[in-house]
Amino acid sequence: MKPAPFEYERPGTVDQAVKILAQSTGGKVLAGGQSLIPLLNLRLSFPEVLVDINRIPNLYHIAEDEGVVRVGALVRQSTFGDSSLVQSKVPLAAQCVSHVGHYVTRNQGTVAGSLAHSDSRGELPVALVALGGRVRVVSEEGQREIEAADLFVTDFTTSMSETEILVESSWPVLGPEWGFAFSEFALRHGDYALGMIAVAIHVHDGVVDQATIVAGSVADRPLILEEASRQVLGRPLDEHVFSSSREAAVAAVNPADDIHATGEYKRHLIGVLVDRALRSAWKDSTGGING
Amino acid sequence: MIGSASPPTWVGSPVGRVEDDALLRGKGRFLDDYEPVPGIWHAAVVRSPFAHARIEMIDTSAALDLPGVACVATGEEIASVTRPLPAVVETEVEHFAAAKSLVRYVGEPVAVVVARDRYLAEDAAALVMVDYEPLEPVLDLEEGLVVSDRQFSYGDPDGAMEAAHVVVKGRYSFPRWTGSPMETFVTIADWDHSNGSLTAWANFQGPFTLHAVAAAALGLSGSGLRLITPGDSGGSFGVKAAVANAVVLMGAVSRLAGLPVKWVEDRVEHLSASSSSTGRITDLEAGFSVDGELVALRYDVIEDVGAYLRAPEPATLYRMHGSLGGAYRVPNIAARNRVVLTNRVPTSLNRGFGGPQLYFALESAMANAAGRLGIDRVQLARRNLIASDSFPYTTPTGAVYDSGDYERCLDDVLETIGYNDRVAAQTTARAEGRLVGIGMACVVEPSVSNMGYISLAETPEQRAAGLPKSGNSEGATISMSPSAGVVVELSTTPQGQGHKTVAAQIVADQLGLSPADIDVVADLDTHTSAWTISSGNYSSRFSGIGTAAIHKAGRILAERIRRIAADDLECATEDVVLKDGRASVIGSPDASVSLRRIAGRAHWNPESLPDGLEAGLRVTTYASAPNLEPADAHDRIASSAAHGFVVDVAVVEVDRDTGSVEILAYASTHDAGTLLNPRLVEGQIHGGFAHGVGVALMERLVYDDDGNPKTTTFMDYLCITAPEVPDLKSSHIETPSPFTTLGAKGLGEGNTMSAPVVIANAVRDAVGVDELELPLTAPRVWALMEQA
Repeated sequence: MKPAPFEYERPGTVDQAVKILAQSTGGKVLAGGQSLIPLLNLRLSFPEVLVDINRIPNLYHIAEDEGVVRVGALVRQSTFGDSSLVQSKVPLAAQCVSHVGHYVTRNQGTVAGSLAHSDSRGELPVALVALGGRVRVVSEEGQREIEAADLFVTDFTTSMSETEILVESSWPVLGPEWGFAFSEFALRHGDYALGMIAVAIHVHDGVVDQATIVAGSVADRPLILEEASRQVLGRPLDEHVFSSSREAAVAAVNPADDIHATGEYKRHLIGVLVDRALRSAWKDSTGGING
Repeated sequence: MIGSASPPTWVGSPVGRVEDDALLRGKGRFLDDYEPVPGIWHAAVVRSPFAHARIEMIDTSAALDLPGVACVATGEEIASVTRPLPAVVETEVEHFAAAKSLVRYVGEPVAVVVARDRYLAEDAAALVMVDYEPLEPVLDLEEGLVVSDRQFSYGDPDGAMEAAHVVVKGRYSFPRWTGSPMETFVTIADWDHSNGSLTAWANFQGPFTLHAVAAAALGLSGSGLRLITPGDSGGSFGVKAAVANAVVLMGAVSRLAGLPVKWVEDRVEHLSASSSSTGRITDLEAGFSVDGELVALRYDVIEDVGAYLRAPEPATLYRMHGSLGGAYRVPNIAARNRVVLTNRVPTSLNRGFGGPQLYFALESAMANAAGRLGIDRVQLARRNLIASDSFPYTTPTGAVYDSGDYERCLDDVLETIGYNDRVAAQTTARAEGRLVGIGMACVVEPSVSNMGYISLAETPEQRAAGLPKSGNSEGATISMSPSAGVVVELSTTPQGQGHKTVAAQIVADQLGLSPADIDVVADLDTHTSAWTISSGNYSSRFSGIGTAAIHKAGRILAERIRRIAADDLECATEDVVLKDGRASVIGSPDASVSLRRIAGRAHWNPESLPDGLEAGLRVTTYASAPNLEPADAHDRIASSAAHGFVVDVAVVEVDRDTGSVEILAYASTHDAGTLLNPRLVEGQIHGGFAHGVGVALMERLVYDDDGNPKTTTFMDYLCITAPEVPDLKSSHIETPSPFTTLGAKGLGEGNTMSAPVVIANAVRDAVGVDELELPLTAPRVWALMEQA
């Protein structure tokens, strides 16, 4: 379980890093390495060059700015989850981080790495899509922003090019009338979930007027459950709404069998998780009224 | 150490582990840390990607062209310098350390690359080109190649079953799972061309019967295979018995390469190609009288041992043969045992070894019978448990249960868990629509295996043609230096249990010292250690027989010291007591001499020793477990020397939405005879429990329809971790064994045997089904509820 040979570069600036990526074919960015290093050791990934960005000084920020919390590419998942700014301004993100791997892997794994890795079983991509966040990517040609919903193409593939580096993610700060919940089910503590649901609802005058329900682990990328989200609009949440949203969610997913669970089970599970997350989000937004 | 005052005896006290200081300081020395010879090269194994295929061609040229590669040994070349591994039952399927022309499981070695370092070795292994012609794999146990088919009958099972009021029939499948040691297999092989011998370092755990197997496969006789095992281990749980295969493979490679070779197994290799528990299908009929007396059992067992019958298999099947009736006085037992080959990794030892499989069938049948008979599960057990006044109790299949008080254990566990309150709470919970279930099981836990039980795989006639095998013995060495330093050398290859601590306790008591004064060496060297063919770390044999050898050696040394002291003090030997580092005359504490002075005299002035005492203070001796006769002509076997008892009760709640099983309470009462160290006892029990809960709820080695292992990393093999292990309330009854020196019995495997079926029975009770399969993962339990 040793990686195949690769070149190793450790640039001190983003400019140097993108230059190396532009000059190589098949370069890979190394941040926390919690997914990349196992892939190298299992010889499932054979990058020509590994670009270690850990010595680039200005990628460690967590800061509120113009209605979003900006998170630098080298912010570790544990730092992100422990941040009081994130906890108070982006509670959905803080909630989901505790499900990402294990305590010790979160000390090394980065938020940006989890997004750029685009694993359909990742929690952070689901949360970013649910919140309508975005990422900033840089290459030699310059920089651009990508909406979360456009970032995740399929498993282990984003809409970034191989020469771009994800330098920052932006997490929208939503107001007090919003309610959030993240719910997942895994067979062991820290395992990839068999299903997960992120919910963000906006409640005004006792009725939900905006809602996003996003599922993870059931498709090749975070899946926005349009119909299930629509079912909760325009009314206070009650048993009838929970049930109709749940049914819409189950109808919208078609997960595959794997060695741990049948697709049938995972579909059922998505319904359970939608139900649990909606109740929790409703309680979160209303302080428990009717919840 | 707790407190400063010495306890009355060190044995029985909760002495802290002498092993831990070094381990916690990072000073453990594991085999991967070893560089015992200069110029070691590193091996990587090229493995079959097919479960069954013919090797058409192997091209090693590209691998050999890589700078830093010394040798690529193909299976054919390896076979040219080895013989097939001897098996317990000869089969037509030859098992070489690497495949010659036919591969029979995914992961089977087909070639070995030797290079300057492991990175290069893996680069080169990827360049070895192998053409395969895939063949159809056999994975269904019922279609496996039968290599042993034996029928047994004790009492009158047919008549009793015919007369039974109720016969409970069921099919009980037990999955393959494993022990997941943190440290994988490691072997360093150094072939000596000058005399054609092999020195091998391996993190092997015994049984040392496999030393003979490895030596034979390497064509070595007598002292040709020197096998050295390190004192520190990263765990085994039985799995590292199979390291013996790697000794053969790397020994042959070292010979072919002309180099010392080190191989460190990686996790993917370990989970796919090292070893596994057996998979088993048991069809069991249990006959009961109208008032719930168990009158007959009929087993029909198919045991999947994988692609080759690897020694000591089919031992998993016969280890429990004396205990086919479990804890019950059932007089009539029939069994048909078929051992089959499938295209999966060959099996070997795994904690519990046959017990989890047996009790999953037997205790599931008891739970289902309670329902059928309309008798409370506790009453049904009580009705059938072997009575406390019948020990030693000889079972119909030949085991001699040494001691016990099963009903007292049952009462104890019911009290520990608060059984009546639990039943009341269950009724309330059910009224609220909650799925709460209660399960129990009674388990006889054998320890110290009879080396002769494996021969039950042969007929009495076949056995009669060979040499009989029996018993279980162990050796130990104790020495005292000229300045009275005490060193104990073990041959029990501990894998984390704390053998060194217990050895220090025993000898401290005998020599009047503190455990801290005793150095214990756990490294084993077959050229110098006091080992036997049955040495090693398996069948929970340390507490019964490992301690017997240490105790005997300590007794002989103490006696020698007392004789010298008596000469010094001018008193009778029997009047000398050893205490606080001195020998003194009983009743006259002022008349005393230090151990240092006695040791000095023995070493410096041997001419002065009393007549008949030899010079030196070094004792090597052996102890044998009693009452372990060879199998008799009626296939009865005293399969183990000691028999502990475990009774567990679990309360679970199943989540209706997800099928997730939560263990609300779990209590276990053990009778393991005399407890040598209560602190080590708790460690062993919790470890065995975690292993059992693992297979109950999540652990399973999965293969797809083509025979590809699908659980090759810890991402997919759901090894239980700390957050998934529920609280365990354990308590103890002590009925000392009359058959072991210290009255102790094995106890580290009992909960691995009990927990799977206890949890299964609780889930049965919760969701109202009889038939289920392990592990009871949430998706499977949900499917059960959907069917129900």
